Amino acid sequence: MIEASNLTKRYPGGFEAIKDASFSIGAGQMVLITGHSGAGKTTLVKLISTIERPTSGSLVVNGQNLSALGRSAIPHVRRHFGLVFQDQKLLFDRNALENVMLPLHIAGLPRREAIRRAQAALDKVGLLAREKANPIALSGGEQQRLAIARAVVNRPTILIADEPTGNLDSESGLAILDIFADFHRVGVTVVVATHDQSWIERYHPNVLRLAHGRVVA
Amino acid sequence: MSALFVQHRAALAAAFRRLWATPLNTLLSLVVIGIALTLPAFGYVALDNLRELGRNASGVQQISLFMSLDAGRKDVGEIESRLRQAVGSQWRFVPKEDALTRMKSSEGMAEIVASLPRNPLPDAFIVEPANTEPAALEALRREMAGWPKVAHVQLDSAWIKRFDAFLRLGKLALWMLAGLFGAGLVAVTFNTIRLQVMAQSAEIEVARMIGATDGFIRRPFYYFGALQGALGGLLAALLVLAALRLLAGPVGELAALYGGNFSLRPPGVADMLGLTALGAFLGWLGAQLSVSLSLRKFD
Repeated sequence: MIEASNLTKRYPGGFEAIKDASFSIGAGQMVLITGHSGAGKTTLVKLISTIERPTSGSLVVNGQNLSALGRSAIPHVRRHFGLVFQDQKLLFDRNALENVMLPLHIAGLPRREAIRRAQAALDKVGLLAREKANPIALSGGEQQRLAIARAVVNRPTILIADEPTGNLDSESGLAILDIFADFHRVGVTVVVATHDQSWIERYHPNVLRLAHGRVVA
Repeated sequence: MSALFVQHRAALAAAFRRLWATPLNTLLSLVVIGIALTLPAFGYVALDNLRELGRNASGVQQISLFMSLDAGRKDVGEIESRLRQAVGSQWRFVPKEDALTRMKSSEGMAEIVASLPRNPLPDAFIVEPANTEPAALEALRREMAGWPKVAHVQLDSAWIKRFDAFLRLGKLALWMLAGLFGAGLVAVTFNTIRLQVMAQSAEIEVARMIGATDGFIRRPFYYFGALQGALGGLLAALLVLAALRLLAGPVGELAALYGGNFSLRPPGVADMLGLTALGAFLGWLGAQLSVSLSLRKFD
């Protein structure tokens, strides 16, 4: 499902965030990308989710070589991913339900259908009762759950998260872990960049360890 | 219902919401756009009315055709037949005897005419062509001059040419004015959209990350620009209509003082729709330029 070969990302100025990385993630796997700060976790997540383009090497996701992808094809590829960010990137000018409906609007779903699916996604993360709430009124854990609902509402094949528990207390963090595990159980490929060791202890996922931009395990 | 249709409908609804969300800003923008379009539109209508006034001015469009002195009844008949074929033209024949009689009746001319050995005046035709465009009149004059036994064809073209030159100058000035105000409209829309893009940068960034295409992001701004321009165009059309209503009375009175019955011709439905469409196009153009520049930072 995700196949990287000699993947390198060099930023302007010459800094190499990912160096010659090769790895494979199978469909339905749960993979943690771990490593110290600056190891290249976020860059790798951005490469997989097409937010960044590789400098060299190949990265094949769902049979598509992302390195050779044209600009106009990128949005369509991104719709197969569910992205969860550490800072959630929620929109505070609309309520929780409308935040979750955004990917469905982008996909062109009729409003009624979009509402139905957004409510189902909110229900899945335990936020249906707060559908009318503005995200600013939600706790950190709730905001992260809302971000997950938005990420999964379009039924992605790959759920990608960058430090989703980084800003949460341990209890909220565990609740988030459980939600990711639930999606993994129903066959969604889950790729999470984190330095939170509780993931490994709790779910024994596959681990992709990075150090100074290189895959070390 | 196709996804594209749903997205277009949503973008249009979003554009309406944005217009409605800041009523004062919207109103001010519409006033600026409306006035910018009113001036050239009013100029256009004024020129159109002037052209009509020129067309209706009596005597201006007449062509006098003078036959040779040796032309007989048969030659006159030939010319009549040719004039009959000249589509839409009205004409009347002035026999040389009638012309001489009229000349005799002029003060002080009777003795002079009586002293002449024979009638020096030719048969003549007074033609009032349907098409009074200077080029058409000139072409008709040239054609008539080539007819048999025609000695001279007279067209008061100098007056018409001067009037036509004035109209052409007015038209050119109007185009320049329209260009300037059109650019102003584009600039107003450009700035409004630029501010909107800045205000919605968070939404644009998130939408891009989760798979929004360029079209999805741009569409609501295009609709907004076109909608604002169209409303401004409609306002301009209504302002022109109102101005003409106000001027109709005084212009009618002025025309009556000169013995005419000229009345201002208001813009038709097609003109008003055209102005609205022009506003929509210019608004869309402003939005297109603004979005293209403003969205570069999200690439």
